[in-house]
Amino acid sequence: MLSSTNLSFTYPGGEVLKFPDLVCPAGETRLLLGKSGSGKTTMLQLLAGLRKPATGSVVINGQNLNELSGAELDYFRGQNVGMIFQTAHFIRALSVRENLAIAQQLAGKPIDRPRIDGLLEELDLGGKGNALPGKLSVGQQQRAAIARAIINQPAVIFADEPTSALDDDNTRQVIQLLQRQAEAVKATLLIVTHDNRLTGIIPQQTKL
Amino acid sequence: MNLLRLSWKNLTFKPLNALLSVLLFALSIGLISLLLSLREQADEQFDNNLAGIDLVVGAKGSPLELTLNSMYHVGYATGNIKLGQVKAFFNPKHPIVEDVVPLSVGDSYRGYRIVGTIPKILDWYGAELAEGGLWQHDFEVVVGEEVARVNGLTLGSKFKSNHGIIDEGDENNIEHDDDFTVVGILAPSGTVMDQLVLTTNQTYWHSHETHNGDDADHENHDHAGHDHTHDHAPTPLTEEDPEQEITSLLVRYRNASSFQALNFPRNLNENTELLAANPAYEISEVRRQFDSGQRILGILVLAITVVSALSIFIALFTSLRERRYELALMRTMGAGRKKLFFLIVMEGLMVAVIGYVLGILLSHAIMALLAANVQDDFRYTVSATRFLTEEVWLFAAALFIGFLAAVIPAVQAARTDIADTLTHS
Repeated sequence: MLSSTNLSFTYPGGEVLKFPDLVCPAGETRLLLGKSGSGKTTMLQLLAGLRKPATGSVVINGQNLNELSGAELDYFRGQNVGMIFQTAHFIRALSVRENLAIAQQLAGKPIDRPRIDGLLEELDLGGKGNALPGKLSVGQQQRAAIARAIINQPAVIFADEPTSALDDDNTRQVIQLLQRQAEAVKATLLIVTHDNRLTGIIPQQTKL
Repeated sequence: MNLLRLSWKNLTFKPLNALLSVLLFALSIGLISLLLSLREQADEQFDNNLAGIDLVVGAKGSPLELTLNSMYHVGYATGNIKLGQVKAFFNPKHPIVEDVVPLSVGDSYRGYRIVGTIPKILDWYGAELAEGGLWQHDFEVVVGEEVARVNGLTLGSKFKSNHGIIDEGDENNIEHDDDFTVVGILAPSGTVMDQLVLTTNQTYWHSHETHNGDDADHENHDHAGHDHTHDHAPTPLTEEDPEQEITSLLVRYRNASSFQALNFPRNLNENTELLAANPAYEISEVRRQFDSGQRILGILVLAITVVSALSIFIALFTSLRERRYELALMRTMGAGRKKLFFLIVMEGLMVAVIGYVLGILLSHAIMALLAANVQDDFRYTVSATRFLTEEVWLFAAALFIGFLAAVIPAVQAARTDIADTLTHS
């Protein structure tokens, strides 16, 4: 469950951007569309609590993000928010499996080995658990990033241009996986994109 | 997967960078520990061997040489002095001199020096017999703990001396004919006594007499006397022929701070054929030389320490630039700023701890090597297994340097702005 009301953001240069209100029930997949420079990424960062809005508020799972201090917000994010970026980033010194384990740990949860292995298997990464992320292909990396985003069964998954670096086949595969996994954990999935390949698949859309 | 392990994995992700940082750190810790240990042990040996001696009297020459030769048994004697010249010092009513110990030096046994003297020297140096008795007669010797241990000497062992100061294994040595007999072995005292062979002053006269004419008679007479006077104390030096020679005299004053005592060495040096050296002054000169050498080494060590701290700093700083995404990522996964700070600081501290352990091992390994080489040349005992309290402080300093080198990168890591970092990907 994710909602925002009256959100606006003031850039360091003084430019003010207003964003449309958003209400996404649990389990919904929604696209956030807009041209480059329309503030899509900024809105995603506001929704994920990575930036502070000038006005308005974001509520995730009943919690107003404005009411959380810095450290509380970090912790809340670890437990309730999963994030996927255009390029997948990992802790480079840790194996894929250890990356998933530390995601559980940083969120304050116990390490759940069967879940990690099951998830890797599901995402067709069964043999890659002990590999360093840098050794994976781009498609594999993006799948591993999906695994990490959903490992803690978050309330909301934010994906920032998750398919822009992928070819058609990988795009279809990644979106299907994302949707399936989001449904499995009953998470709201919000995808920020300007990728036309997605607009045909996902009907719920918000334009900036 | 706790943070400590993550720090470790990050550190070893670039093993060569980590190795360089650790080695530099080990080098700097090792050198500091080495300098501290050598200095501590040198000071201790200087102090142990001062033995309350206020003055050394010998033949004209270099006062430093006289001091080193008579008190530390290093180097060569300035010459000999006649008993007659110093008879007054033995007078128990002497206004300045409270007590004296005469020394005769010049011969050796397998690199260990043979010193003709009187048993009072043991009291002065605080040395005690471990077994056997004191040397009473000529050619009886009491050997230091090290001398006995290294050469396998036991009570009743006999050996011949070498003329001059000769190291073991030298083929061109001249052996004296007479056998020395070990009558006592000293307990270890941590002083130069551990490394000496002690006998009577008179023994030197016998072993250096030519075997002809009057001297032969003299010798026979003495040997006869020797046989018959087993239970008697040997002749005091004051009753010997004033023409006989000894090497030097160790002197204790009645009152070292009295006006007369302060002027005593200058009076001797100006008005007699004797050389009087103040050991405290001479040793402080040696220390001054030592200190200036140490200061230069100290600057070198400081430079290495700065470079090693810089190397940790630079390694962390560059790896941080490469890792800023993963730090931002950790924030999105729920890691607070404190955790990121801790993560980076731990990397610096790990380098410091490993470097410290390696450095201490290094310095003590070097000391073990030194111990083997330095001992014979300088009568300077180095112990590799002694650890100083300073080395505990050094550990604290190591942690501090590790922290200092890591703190700026760590603060930067903690300040990572998630949004900015991840947007500019």
